[in-house]
Amino acid sequence: MTYRSSRFLPFPPPFESAEQEDHCQYSEGRRPMAPKDRKPHVSRNPDLIRGVGKYSRSKMYHKRGLWAIKAKNGGAFPKHEKKAVAAAPAEKPPKFYPADDVKKPLVNKRKARPTKLRASITPGTVLIILAGRFKGKRVVFLKQLTSGLLLVTGPFKINGVPLRRVNQAYVIATSTKVDISGVNVEKFDDKYFGKKVEKKKKKGEGEFFEAEKEEKNTLPQDKKDDQKTVDAALIASIEAVPDLKSYLGARFSLKAGMKPHELVF
Amino acid sequence: MPFKRYVEIGRIALVNYGKDYGKLVVIVDVIDQNRALVDSPDMVRGQMNFKRLTLTDIKIDIKRVPNKKTLIAAMEAADVKNKWENSSWGRKLIVQKKRASLNDFDRFKIMLAKIKKAGVVRQELAKLKKETA
Repeated sequence: MTYRSSRFLPFPPPFESAEQEDHCQYSEGRRPMAPKDRKPHVSRNPDLIRGVGKYSRSKMYHKRGLWAIKAKNGGAFPKHEKKAVAAAPAEKPPKFYPADDVKKPLVNKRKARPTKLRASITPGTVLIILAGRFKGKRVVFLKQLTSGLLLVTGPFKINGVPLRRVNQAYVIATSTKVDISGVNVEKFDDKYFGKKVEKKKKKGEGEFFEAEKEEKNTLPQDKKDDQKTVDAALIASIEAVPDLKSYLGARFSLKAGMKPHELVF
Repeated sequence: MPFKRYVEIGRIALVNYGKDYGKLVVIVDVIDQNRALVDSPDMVRGQMNFKRLTLTDIKIDIKRVPNKKTLIAAMEAADVKNKWENSSWGRKLIVQKKRASLNDFDRFKIMLAKIKKAGVVRQELAKLKKETA
């Protein structure tokens, strides 16, 4: 059985000898494609409209070259031998059947994804905090932590907001940006802000009351130093812009006549 | 109180409703009692109800339904853009647009400027009061 002219072949015919492969000027494109190289194949049968292809079954049979594969194999489609299936080990019948049907929990294929950061929030954006102790404060955004919360700082000297985590939902992003290139925020992550685990104290009645008083309110010195280093670079770039320092020091509030849905932030 | 602004060919009007809200257009023909054919350098010529138009003082010299090139030339000759932007109505609209597009930081800066200006005015007033007292 001969091939029809190679014009109609769906793929170039294989080389018959190694010499041929070397002489062929197109052989560079002919190397056997490793699984990684393959481009995903576009359908050979374009849609006329959804559900109706351009070519009939017989035309598609010819286009896919199944006739050529068969011819190569001597008239029948090449078959693999089935892989020998290892005999499954004999299962013993269970000793115990539960009296009532046991309910299986429903399948949950949801994957946790990192919180999507709003496009308007980029490092250096001035944010307005809307809830909590610092509501109304205008604050500089540093980076998004792996938990999805935003790392933010006042700077502390300007408005009293320390390095803090804030939820994206409780924040308005303004279009004012501060230059944040001099600040290194690599070391801050969620663990830095977690609650410190306290050592368990043995319960002795006399010691109980005294121990409580010692542990209050002392912020460790290294955290204070972190705040200072972050703020030093920030304050320099803030003071470069006129009025920005007093802007960050002032709180935001709605006044008469301001319509939030019409305000441009 | 006679009317001063008439619907006529060449009258510039402001669109006050619809897709082209806020645009200045030229009345290029009158279709019937309610509608005009209206044209502008940046829109396709089309009909508009008179209720969607507010007439302005500006009028240009054109013949009925000119082609776009002639229309643009006539608008340049009459200097519509500058006349509009220097008129008090036009200036008001520009200020309204500017105020609507203000940033939060801009509003803060304006507040500081207002306070400063009021301070200066009050000082002058105090000086004048002292002189007359």
